[in-house]
Amino acid sequence: MKYLDEYRDPEAARLLLDEIRRVSTRCWTLMEVCGGQTHSLLRHGIAAELEGMVELIHGPGCPVCVTDQEAIDFACQLAQRDDVILASFGDMLRVPGSRGSLLDARTAGARIQIVYSPLDAVQLARKHPEKQVVFFAVGFETTAPATALAVKQADRDQLDNFSLIVSHVRVQPAMESLVQAPDNRVQAFLAAGHVCTVMGYESYESFVKQYRLPVVVAGFEPLDLLEGILACVKQLEAYEARLENRYARTVQAAGNQPAQDLVREIYQICDRGWRGFGVIPEGGLELRTEYRRFDARTRFAASALPVIHVDECRSFDVMTGHLKPPDCPHFRKSCNPESPLGAPMVSSEGACAAYYRYGMTASR
Amino acid sequence: MCLGIPGKVVRWLEREGTFAQAEVEFDGVRRVVHMACVTEAELGDYVVVHAGIAISRIDPIEAKRIFETIAEWGDDEGWRPERSDEAEAPQ
Amino acid sequence: MNCPVSIPANADCVTLAHGEGGRLSRKLIQERIIHALSNETLQAMNDAAQLPRVMGSLALTTDSFVVSPLFFSGGDIGTLAVYGTVNDLAVSGAKPLWLTLSLIMEEGLPLVILDRVLESIANAAQQTGVKIVAGDTKVVPRGAADGLFINTAGVGELIAPIPPGAATLQEGDELIVSGTIGRHGIAILAVREELGLEPLPSSDCGSLLRPVECLRESMGHQIRCLRDATRGGVAAVMQEWAEASGMTLSIDERSLPIAADVRGISELLGLDPLHIANEGTMVIAVKSGAGSEAVSLLQSLSETAEARVIGTVKPRGIAAVTIRRTLGAEQPLDDPLGSPLPRIC
Repeated sequence: MKYLDEYRDPEAARLLLDEIRRVSTRCWTLMEVCGGQTHSLLRHGIAAELEGMVELIHGPGCPVCVTDQEAIDFACQLAQRDDVILASFGDMLRVPGSRGSLLDARTAGARIQIVYSPLDAVQLARKHPEKQVVFFAVGFETTAPATALAVKQADRDQLDNFSLIVSHVRVQPAMESLVQAPDNRVQAFLAAGHVCTVMGYESYESFVKQYRLPVVVAGFEPLDLLEGILACVKQLEAYEARLENRYARTVQAAGNQPAQDLVREIYQICDRGWRGFGVIPEGGLELRTEYRRFDARTRFAASALPVIHVDECRSFDVMTGHLKPPDCPHFRKSCNPESPLGAPMVSSEGACAAYYRYGMTASR
Repeated sequence: MCLGIPGKVVRWLEREGTFAQAEVEFDGVRRVVHMACVTEAELGDYVVVHAGIAISRIDPIEAKRIFETIAEWGDDEGWRPERSDEAEAPQ
Repeated sequence: MNCPVSIPANADCVTLAHGEGGRLSRKLIQERIIHALSNETLQAMNDAAQLPRVMGSLALTTDSFVVSPLFFSGGDIGTLAVYGTVNDLAVSGAKPLWLTLSLIMEEGLPLVILDRVLESIANAAQQTGVKIVAGDTKVVPRGAADGLFINTAGVGELIAPIPPGAATLQEGDELIVSGTIGRHGIAILAVREELGLEPLPSSDCGSLLRPVECLRESMGHQIRCLRDATRGGVAAVMQEWAEASGMTLSIDERSLPIAADVRGISELLGLDPLHIANEGTMVIAVKSGAGSEAVSLLQSLSETAEARVIGTVKPRGIAAVTIRRTLGAEQPLDDPLGSPLPRIC
């Protein structure tokens, strides 16, 4: 496929790796924020190739992994109502809430429809006027324009049987909370390419100045990632801390204005509980008052069941870079994709699942 | 959460406004994609599609830059990608 | 149920009375099933089919078919049932001879749909030279089945040389896939999840009988084992063979034949074609050095024109099954877990 295959070229990747090797004098610690990047780094064996030159910490950029258990419990609870079809991205289905996953709810009789796009969920609501269609809106800033557009469409069509469980999260507050931690080890960031596609990267200027850490916007294919890593290493070797865009074919400084307008029209910034992290100030998005009627929590006024906290999962340590997944005492033992203790083992973007899937073993 | 895949705009269904839509091709299959955020795309342009909406138009000149950089490091013959990278004509 | 045929009035549907054994049952069996599948053994309407003696040993297989929707691009539940059973016999080294056919119908199933499925079954049976010699019908109340379930048994005659099996795999053996991978699973997913894709990707649902016969006739002694890569895809077969042999099966990602539309949809939905079901594509292991001959033979047939060598057998290394990625890293290939879910992450 054009714009994919050429960025997976082995010879070019080799040259980039050689260049990283040439410029690096010590082992640097970088964090790739986005789970999609984690997945690609492991799938293509790049993390292994970089051993000794760059240590990669897999950041919190998997929205499925950080979705609060309470939201999953609420989704499962709604899904089991006879009048509800719960629409969700496939990613969420295996993630355990405190009372099981959506797949478990489906086994128990819940009607759950996997959709590729939030707009498909609106279509589903049009097709089933006798049912309430609830869309489980998870995702970072990348996904928020799509769910905002779904709300706009439901509003235009005056659909009174469409609502959302809004669990959108924002990347930058999470990065701030990571670097502010006293034991932060991250020396440079690869910023999430598709989040920046929507939001731009100008807002990182102050971040870079304040924390004196390089931030490099990077894409998802092997060459994109290697180019981003090379840019980070070069800066670190030169004692620089700058903001760079290495995904310029897709990302512009100001991001995508119409997408931001859509998000701003429908959502406002709010504090949000992140699984493993606790409440992150300004860490999420919620529906504005004018659109609150599309909020499933308003519509169903369901009394939320208390979350059962059985948190053996050490996802926080993994996502902050203090624990490599294979070094976790539960990895491949009490925690595996068939019975995950936490979300990072189940989401395809989760660091633990990626390590499991691509066969990485405990660090030497 | 950000699986964004490049696809080629092959037909506009609705060009203007919030509910703009186009048919976008991904290696042999087409799907209707919401284009509200990339209404400037022309037929034949590639856009990054995430969860059914286009979030960016791919800049073909920027797309080549990394290959030009790498080619300079390569041997005397220079380096070129294995697969051809010719622009395809819009349909 | 997603069906291209318009749903007729109630009178033209399967009712519980069709399953009660009375006049309606007989009418259904006589006028529809036996009529569609006409052969002398079925017409005798005995409780058991009486079959002629065969020379060799027998192979026996059974399979159940549940697919939603019943019709999809490239096939339907009927073709799936016949080809699936025939393929299981063929890859086991048998010439398929007889099939049984058990239909479990949901009350309300339109008779036109039943007719279409029976016609598919008749055509597929004729094409593969098998006879449907015994059968059964049951009707279950609305909601107890998804339109139509089919169960089959298949009997075949084993013909030498019989492939010795995965336990005999040795270092250097070559692994071949007979066609592009992941087509059936993607075709079903595209219709079932209403993904709005155009054109709809087509299933590979088809018979492997002719390719298997050609391989056996020309180079039978070079073959170690064959398997049609259905549920779990090529990855699942690799895993089973690796476990049976104690060797490592190593695949080269760049050699995998993947159709353009399957590739596009897999990227779009974050799926791995190695984990996706096939219904007319098999994996073959041949002795070291026989790979290119087997591939040219397969490529000369229309059903298997896309055959490729995809890997080799090695002494047990880092994992039971490994894959050499595009950039050159060799990694374990995970055993698929459950059905692949489309993702946007």
